[in-house]
Amino acid sequence: MIDIHGLRKRFGPLQVLDGLDLHIRPGRITAIVGPNASGKTTLIKSILGLATPDAGEIRMAGVPVTGDDRYRARIGYMPQIARFPSNLTAAEVLRMLVDLRGPADGSMDEELADLFEITPQLHKPLGVLSGGTRQKVNAMCAFLFRPDLLILDEPTAGLDPVASGILKDKVLRECADGRTFILTSHIVSELEELADDVAFLLEGRVRFSGPVAALKRATGHEQLERAIARVMLRGMPLEAVAS
Amino acid sequence: MTPAVSGATGEPVLRVVTPQARRTARGARPMVKIIQYVMHDVVRGHWLLAYGAFFLLVTEALLRFGGGGTRALLSLANVTLLVTPLVGIAFGTMYLYNAREFIELLLAQPVRRRQLFGGLYLGLALPLAVVFVVGAGVPLLLHGVAEPGDRAALAALLVAGVGLTLVFVALAFLIAVRNEDRIRGLGIAIAVWLVTAVLYDGAVLLVATTFAEYPLERALLALMLLNPVDLARVALLLQLDVGALMGYTGAVFQRFFGTAAGMGLAAMALALWIAVPVLLGQRLFCRKDF
Repeated sequence: MIDIHGLRKRFGPLQVLDGLDLHIRPGRITAIVGPNASGKTTLIKSILGLATPDAGEIRMAGVPVTGDDRYRARIGYMPQIARFPSNLTAAEVLRMLVDLRGPADGSMDEELADLFEITPQLHKPLGVLSGGTRQKVNAMCAFLFRPDLLILDEPTAGLDPVASGILKDKVLRECADGRTFILTSHIVSELEELADDVAFLLEGRVRFSGPVAALKRATGHEQLERAIARVMLRGMPLEAVAS
Repeated sequence: MTPAVSGATGEPVLRVVTPQARRTARGARPMVKIIQYVMHDVVRGHWLLAYGAFFLLVTEALLRFGGGGTRALLSLANVTLLVTPLVGIAFGTMYLYNAREFIELLLAQPVRRRQLFGGLYLGLALPLAVVFVVGAGVPLLLHGVAEPGDRAALAALLVAGVGLTLVFVALAFLIAVRNEDRIRGLGIAIAVWLVTAVLYDGAVLLVATTFAEYPLERALLALMLLNPVDLARVALLLQLDVGALMGYTGAVFQRFFGTAAGMGLAAMALALWIAVPVLLGQRLFCRKDF
């Protein structure tokens, strides 16, 4: 789905991405994990075209993503912080997205509005909604156009356990439907539940990428949390072991 | 759970997203859409209403207590030359900083950055300009502007206010795109306003009086083209026929130009003052990392 080769990005003195290579397999959920400042957000923003890499290449389905905005019609993005213009209602923001992207060939996916039971809130100004409700709207925006690729940045942060469960079920259903997911999260139980593949970032490079089972096997830990901690502490390159 | 799709035709039924949205979706230019929604957001903010009310009150008060038509216009011109730049640059920077996450949301859609920037700019600048025109214009029209000369002056006043709004929102966007830190950005914005709207004319006057014995006309003209507020001031003076009342720079300009040529040059320079910051800001916006 996504092929990244030799990605580099520097912010001032900080080399955030340092020759990053990654392959995101289609129809699977890839979790991007790593300590703070390891380049997770910059990687996501590079894929979305929000940040321009200094060097390297990102291809989506074989086509380089630079210079053309149309590939984003196939991506749904749920940013970490949900902030919208406070005077607009959620329905207006959704309508604007429909206006901008045009109706996809199928219908809009508004299922989450029903599941979260937020339909009445959609007609109130976003400024008066709670952070959790805004996060639900945020999730709805990502799924709305039935995109091939969904990028979810800490999707369950700010959601209560019920809503969090609804969202996770939705992710699993859509993945079974053939959609590809890129996910970041600090909640390891969530990763354990959702992730098929793990890409472990450290200092702007991918230190491990492969199926969750391979990571567990390579580190000798049955629990994902311990396996990740092990890679974090030793910082060992595990690619060879995994493949 | 209700399915989102219904009907035998396979036509999507949008409950949240109304059918109206679908009608306009096809072929509509994205920038126009963005302008619409930004305007929506701006118009519902209370501060826009407050801004309109301010001009309404000031104009009304000046007309009632400020003496005859021309004198009221002159006072209003002074208020306009101070306030429209301040409001444009302050609200412009704040709006762009506050819209940061919203911009990121839009940038993740298949939208060109160039169009997004244009949409944000016009979506904010147009309501500000319209509110100014209504706030300042309606009382003047209601009280009736008697002489034909005053009518031209009124038109010049409205054009100058709109022009300054467009210039200073453009400068605000340029500042906000360039500066990641919003406190710094807001500080620079206020400083730019202070220099262009308050200090500049005084400095020019100082230069003029200090070097009074030298033929400085051309230099002063150049100095005026370098400041959009002075430019607007000149445009107003040429209409109000009161050059000497509003600083030395205006007097020079009036002497140098016949009104038609002077207005033409002022309008052209003002247009440049809008276009250059907009294009520079757009350029930076297109390359920025969010």
